[in-house]
Amino acid sequence: MSEFSSYFWLGARRFIPVAISIAAYGLVWGMLAGQAGMSLIEVIAMSGLVYAGASQFVVLDLWEPGQIPVVSIIITAAIVNLRIVMMSASFRPVVGHLRPLPAYASMFLMSDEPWAMTMGEKLTGPKGFAFFLGTGFMCWSSWFVSTVIGRLAGGFLRNPEQFGLDFAFTATFLVLLLGMVKGRGDLVPIAIGGLVAIATARLVPGNWYIIAGGLAGSLAGAIVETRKGRAHVA
Amino acid sequence: MLPDMALDALLAIFGMALVTYAIRAGGLAVANRLPREGFVAAWMKHLPSAVLAALVAPALVNGGPDEWGAALVVVGLYVVSRNLLLAMVGGIVGIVLLRMLGLT
Repeated sequence: MSEFSSYFWLGARRFIPVAISIAAYGLVWGMLAGQAGMSLIEVIAMSGLVYAGASQFVVLDLWEPGQIPVVSIIITAAIVNLRIVMMSASFRPVVGHLRPLPAYASMFLMSDEPWAMTMGEKLTGPKGFAFFLGTGFMCWSSWFVSTVIGRLAGGFLRNPEQFGLDFAFTATFLVLLLGMVKGRGDLVPIAIGGLVAIATARLVPGNWYIIAGGLAGSLAGAIVETRKGRAHVA
Repeated sequence: MLPDMALDALLAIFGMALVTYAIRAGGLAVANRLPREGFVAAWMKHLPSAVLAALVAPALVNGGPDEWGAALVVVGLYVVSRNLLLAMVGGIVGIVLLRMLGLT
């Protein structure tokens, strides 16, 4: 076996436990997408081309067939996914040896888990690149296949309230949010983001409260964090 | 034209795909110019949690006692088990039970 394929499959194998939990979320997303009125072809296109779970969950909340707010959906997706910039930016050691075309093409697979796992292995150059492609391949396939299965399975549910699936939205966001609380500093963006969103939802029609809360909360978090850093240095 | 896909859905999905890929590729392009720490780095780090909070908070405020109870189950299960899937499933089972009991 060549070095490329051995590191590719090493990455793919290491990713299996993560792929299982991604698939669980994917099933839920697929069911919720059906409930939000997304057709099978739309689910296939979104999971296959966008391939960014957090933003796909958020956008479902805005999805109203017949009157889809295209601009606010695209802005919201961009805001939720902006963090990926930091991951690609740290990937020079892994793709720096490649010509621009394969390097940039491979960035399509960049996502939280493949990034974290490849960085964790401390593999660089061709080995790191093959490993990353293996994890990315598993990540993309588990997300794509599970969301499509979820959409197909969700189609059979006639009365989603009966199964608590309408609350699944809130429960999913709440759980994803709790998973992001790593320290006290993370509570500032959550509290400010939540409060600003509640106020904006009352005062401004439409779905702008998501963007307003997201921007206010993240800026507040950054202000508190950089202040603390400066005080620490002084 | 793809079957079963309205123009606005098509635009929304391709728009999302385009901005998301631009972000993924853009990071590589500006790799040497992007701050690793400081205000901008901290701001981007806090974006996902702030956006999620902005989604959850109004939904919870607008819900009723059933939703509040189930949300407590979610938080409680997660704090105890640190298991995302268990907490989520618990919350959904919780809301179904609360609605069946009809106490509120």
